[in-house]
Amino acid sequence: MTDRAAQFFRKAELQALIDELRRRDYNVVGPSIDQEAIVYTELTSVEQLPRGWTDEQAPGSYRLVRRDDDAWFGYVVGPHSWKKYLFPPRTKLLTVQKTEQGWSFLPAVLENTKTAMLGVRACELAAIAVQDRVFLGGPYKDRDYESRRKSLFLIAVNCTQAASTCFCTSMNTGPRCKSGFDLALTEIESGFLCEIGSDAGWDVLSACELQTATAEDLNEAESQRQRAVEMIERQMRTDDLPQLLLDNLNHPNWKAVGERCLSCTNCTMVCPTCFCSSVSEVRDLTTDQIDRERTWDSCFNPEFSYLGGTPVRNDTSARYRQWLTHKLGSWHEQFGTSGCVGCGRCITWCPVGIDLTAEVAAMREAPAP
Amino acid sequence: MARGRKPRLAVFKFASCDGCQLSLLDAEDELLAVCDLIEIAHFAEASSDLQPGPYDVALVEGSITTEEDAQRILKIRSNSRYLMTIGACATAGGIQALRQWGQIEEWVSRVYPSPEFIHTLATSTPIAAHVLVDFELHGCPVNHHQLVDVLVALAEGRRPRLPTHSVCLDCKRRGTVCHVVSRGIPCLGPVTQSGCGAICPAFDRGCYGCFGPSQPAQTVPLLSRFQALGHTTDRLVPLLRNFNAAAPAFQQAADELSELHGEPS
Amino acid sequence: MTWIPPALAVNPWLTHTARIADIVSECDGIATYRLCLDTSDNASAYVFEPGQFNMLYVPGVGESAISMSGDAHEPDGWIHTVRVAGNVTRSLAQLECGQTLGVRGPFGTGWPIPQLVGKNVVVVAGGLGLAPLRPLVYHLVRHRSQFQNVSLIVGARTAAGLLYPTEYANWTQAGIDVQLTVDRATAGWNGNIGVVTALLDRLKLNQIERASVVTCGPEVMMKYVGMSAMQRGIPAEQIWVSMERNMQCAAGLCGHCQLGPAFICKDGPVLRYDRLQPYLFVESL
Repeated sequence: MTDRAAQFFRKAELQALIDELRRRDYNVVGPSIDQEAIVYTELTSVEQLPRGWTDEQAPGSYRLVRRDDDAWFGYVVGPHSWKKYLFPPRTKLLTVQKTEQGWSFLPAVLENTKTAMLGVRACELAAIAVQDRVFLGGPYKDRDYESRRKSLFLIAVNCTQAASTCFCTSMNTGPRCKSGFDLALTEIESGFLCEIGSDAGWDVLSACELQTATAEDLNEAESQRQRAVEMIERQMRTDDLPQLLLDNLNHPNWKAVGERCLSCTNCTMVCPTCFCSSVSEVRDLTTDQIDRERTWDSCFNPEFSYLGGTPVRNDTSARYRQWLTHKLGSWHEQFGTSGCVGCGRCITWCPVGIDLTAEVAAMREAPAP
Repeated sequence: MARGRKPRLAVFKFASCDGCQLSLLDAEDELLAVCDLIEIAHFAEASSDLQPGPYDVALVEGSITTEEDAQRILKIRSNSRYLMTIGACATAGGIQALRQWGQIEEWVSRVYPSPEFIHTLATSTPIAAHVLVDFELHGCPVNHHQLVDVLVALAEGRRPRLPTHSVCLDCKRRGTVCHVVSRGIPCLGPVTQSGCGAICPAFDRGCYGCFGPSQPAQTVPLLSRFQALGHTTDRLVPLLRNFNAAAPAFQQAADELSELHGEPS
Repeated sequence: MTWIPPALAVNPWLTHTARIADIVSECDGIATYRLCLDTSDNASAYVFEPGQFNMLYVPGVGESAISMSGDAHEPDGWIHTVRVAGNVTRSLAQLECGQTLGVRGPFGTGWPIPQLVGKNVVVVAGGLGLAPLRPLVYHLVRHRSQFQNVSLIVGARTAAGLLYPTEYANWTQAGIDVQLTVDRATAGWNGNIGVVTALLDRLKLNQIERASVVTCGPEVMMKYVGMSAMQRGIPAEQIWVSMERNMQCAAGLCGHCQLGPAFICKDGPVLRYDRLQPYLFVESL
């Protein structure tokens, strides 16, 4: 399956791919410019792609900038992550109805959503694999996630550049897409090199006019991918992270970062693996129906750990510690991987630019006695 | 709340624009359902049939800006089992609390042709500065869904629970891109309590904090960041001195900025 | 590994209609409910392991995790002892016999009964903490000969707060050493005064290495029970506690109830003390 040779197609053929997926009832989603950023949205045309644009990222800062070429995928990851399609911000879990006999409870009807994601980066494939473990790998399955995941089609794109906030090489998740996709593209000047990751991928690709990739194409693709590797500056040592964090639960740096952190939840919301949620009662007073709705929530929300009248984690430093020690530490014991994929979103989208790699480094340099 | 009879509700107005009590009328269909649960005994915006107390619940809108009102709220308190304040005026003093940073006589003489008829205090204070308040509902105006939720909770004998997180969480749930990060716009969302559903950022502008400070409102690091982005005190102080100017976290932050950099004119 | 009902494994939100069959008032603000499912009156519908909990749901208000407090061998409904603490339990307390609510479960880990067999078993309960331990006590009574010495230490603020007082005589008769203590003596009390750990420290335990401790009560009490037991030479691997955290999904999917690497809902509530020890004493974790 994966040993099928890489194919080449011209850029315009990507439209044929989108059309074919839509013909097969997929909702095709991918990058597009909105609100001065590259976000993920429904795509019907390649014209919606951010061609000729790139992103400049730094802690607490994101800017769209014109490229000096017309690259279709010449940027990295933005404020949205694909989790909004697999684990939507709002999901109905249960409908409750009042009858003459009392309350009756009906499980929510699963939406039949076939989604095709176009432009998934290596760190994002890794994030989907992490959420697969969270929602499907344990004794209880999240049926909503499962149903969305089962009908997912993934077109990955290899990064050909990196942002200053990227550190996928430290987390061993990228920048090269190695598995977990149906198709994986590498953009070169004349078109796309396309690796085939599944039978479904090969099948859909029949809609495109394919050419055999030449040695020159393959070389150009390789050097483009290598360029991304070379651009990655940020690093985080991970070999002993869970133990380092466990040994430093009372480190003074938690208090220091707690004074800078806004507890605003942005890092957890943009994180492609964060999965915390809360359930609320949605009541329509004019009918006797109540919906139980699950919404994205965050360990930075003070009431998240509410117990017996007061939050367990009642200050910002305790909440930051929970997030970081979970993401980089206890996640390993829970799910067998790190919860971090090195996409750098939490660094870019923190309004005050808190950088988790720097916080870890601070503790590593001066461990608590 | 007592079982077997509907709790009696009264709505009272102090210095305010009426917007918060009107949001109860905005509830429309739901308001009719609320009336199945509670008896509206005194609500001048809705009916001229004003029944006397005592009341189970008093909803109080507006701030205290006159000596008469300072006396009137004491009577309302003693006539009500639960007292709930609604909106930025009642919970924080409202936009009219800006008077504390000026000279009241000068303002009155500029606004009114016959200032000698105006009797007002030099301050605009929240209801909680005068009487015990059982529950506060924030916002300018309040969110009518929250208001209905709170009334239903009271009718059913529950303590109302409202979200405490910042506006940012709502922005992210609706897919709004952060203006601070993508455009360097000063937005109070990270230090403002949720409740509006993050409306302003979705319409291309920063949050101006009308639901008041969140818990914790970490204004110091956020304002330093805004300053690093090039925003000066004369923009940031007015941002904080708005509908919730006198909410302690915003007031302190604005005062500290002014002291450090000189009062903006 | 705890057995998980297949229907819950594929949809942990699956909620059933339960009708309140009877309500027994225990003491101030605490009552025991018997809930019967509308769909089935078969005992097999109420299978659980002592120590597990259900999510009880009052529509329009929310859910609360409440442990089973009845006899797992003779289930004639879900038995829950509930204290009014928050909105859900307050609303629950307003319901009457015949009214309905939602139930999903059972969830969580049970007490480690196989590991207790052949051991001296010390059960330490504080206040409402006796509720999740009562199914275990019933088991110990029923299978008394499988265990060595069995002690039950029950503590409460005052004598009026001692849960299930009418059952102590039966348990004593069945060969369980029941010891009671209160924080504050009221008129008519001439028993022990003081914390449960004071009784634990004085407890006659021959063959410490064959002793196991199971405990449930306020978190601070359980910490000290663990410390006292270890000081007496009982290894952390033979101490189990039942933890409480904010549980929402009950299936390890929502993140609320984490304490270190443990999802208290799924990996607990009953957890071995050595697993919790690195985290239990860290403030605000």
